[in-house]
Amino acid sequence: MSRVQLALVIDLNVCVGCQACVTSCKEWNTAGAAGPMSDQNPYGADPSGTYFNRVQTFEVGEYPHTETVHFPKSCLHCEDPPCVPVCPTGASYKRESDGIVLVDVDKCIGCKYCAWACPYGAREFDEHQKVMKKCTLCVDRIYDRSMAEADRKPACVKACPTSARIFGDIHDPHSEASRAIREQGGYALMPEWGTRPANHYLPRRKTRLRIHADELVRADNPLRVEGHLPRPAPGTPTLDDATTW
Amino acid sequence: MHPAYSVIFLTTLIGAGQGLFLALFTVQSYALVGLLPAVEHRLFYAVGSAVALVLLVAGLVASFFHLGRPERAWRTATQWRSSWLSREVIALPIFMGLVALYGLAHGLGVRRELVRFDGGVAVDASFALGVAGTVAAFALFVCTAMIYASVRFLAEWASPLTLVNYVLLGGASGFTLATALAGVAEPRLVGFLSGWALVLTVLAAIARGASLWRNARLKPQSTLQSAIGIQHPVIAQKSQGFMGGSFNTREFFHRASASRLRAVRQGFVLLAFVLPVGLLLGGRGGPSTLWLTAAFAIQFLGLLAERWFFFAQARHPQNLYYQAVS
Repeated sequence: MSRVQLALVIDLNVCVGCQACVTSCKEWNTAGAAGPMSDQNPYGADPSGTYFNRVQTFEVGEYPHTETVHFPKSCLHCEDPPCVPVCPTGASYKRESDGIVLVDVDKCIGCKYCAWACPYGAREFDEHQKVMKKCTLCVDRIYDRSMAEADRKPACVKACPTSARIFGDIHDPHSEASRAIREQGGYALMPEWGTRPANHYLPRRKTRLRIHADELVRADNPLRVEGHLPRPAPGTPTLDDATTW
Repeated sequence: MHPAYSVIFLTTLIGAGQGLFLALFTVQSYALVGLLPAVEHRLFYAVGSAVALVLLVAGLVASFFHLGRPERAWRTATQWRSSWLSREVIALPIFMGLVALYGLAHGLGVRRELVRFDGGVAVDASFALGVAGTVAAFALFVCTAMIYASVRFLAEWASPLTLVNYVLLGGASGFTLATALAGVAEPRLVGFLSGWALVLTVLAAIARGASLWRNARLKPQSTLQSAIGIQHPVIAQKSQGFMGGSFNTREFFHRASASRLRAVRQGFVLLAFVLPVGLLLGGRGGPSTLWLTAAFAIQFLGLLAERWFFFAQARHPQNLYYQAVS
């Protein structure tokens, strides 16, 4: 497994559902080489539009024992992508050099077969350009040498205020992404389909503190109170009489 | 899945065209070995092939309406190594060409013998084209069915019954159309063709019933637990991330009510199987053109409904991610 596989690791433990990754992705890619991510009726009654990344919200458990989980979802850049072999024109392809799954919008005929073949719903049909579009892992940012090193990461990773998104090579065991998956139990979505998504998610963690009863009330507390010791009698020599500071 | 009318018309039209061609070639083969009397009407095969070709062309034209960029459609033949859609795009024109040549061979009266077997059976160019066309017709059935059956995420489609249904439904509609044509031009063939149309319609009803029975018992393999990776028995989506619609909410759902779905299912069983059987039986004896034409028209409407239901019944796992607007 020496081939580089770039991917995102999304930490569900810290995602707060602020949608910064959604808006930064939309802003960056709508001005990108692949053409705008068009909106239909954006200020009207029933807006619709092309987005590569969406943040969803799930509620786990039943009241009162509930948890709110914010769930960003974008193309998972699967290692065995089901959307690639079904494309009749070859517009859908996985790059050999870094494992990013891309759409060649000059070849795509917009038949939507790749979207049928994606179990995650990661691909969208752009109503204006009439082709399929999906997350590009900001391939136009990460290789752009005219940008500063710190900017050469996907727009969503840079925008996240809680550092919930990690970008890196998951085939390199020393990368931050690989370490996060290994050390924090990163998992893939819908593993039953065998698509082997490259994007992983870090699970929610609960921090639990066990407090013993004798940590609240000291066992060796003869007065059984947390309070001051009794005042010494007036005239008893104190430290102030014996020494100076 | 959202049923796209362009694809519904594509598959039903080319299925009828394939079935009609197979019916014509069946008549020719039977007549060649003497099981049927030779066809009298000079243009029976030619006109039949022309009708099949019209259906195939109409299906191809309908399919272009499904594409976002039809001007690039020529590229679809390039990925035949991996994509069933690409293979279908190659198989369809080949089959159309063979049907056209078959019709021309009959229409121009090309009778030159290619091979003569012992017992007096002579094979001419039209028969050879018919054999090639039959192989191409079945290849096209396989390609069309595998486009749907190869998507393993759609459990309702990923079954050998999908291919069986495509072949039987296309065959039934084609043979019913052939019976109607025979009713007009070659009444002696009505008995033979209507018999096979009845057999195919009944077999198609059994196979489609089997797939309905199977689909009713399917358990979805993906759950919200595997979709977001949280192992809690109670998970509910509160927000899908947007309030308007999106491609994901339009393309993967039929947007009809449960009662509409039930009505379509009952409708297609009635129109595609029950009524045509009755009309074919009625048309076998006596003045039959009206009954047989009605049999084909009603069966075709029923097949359109059947194909709509085929699409509507498929549940895509991505729908797990798009359930609540909030």
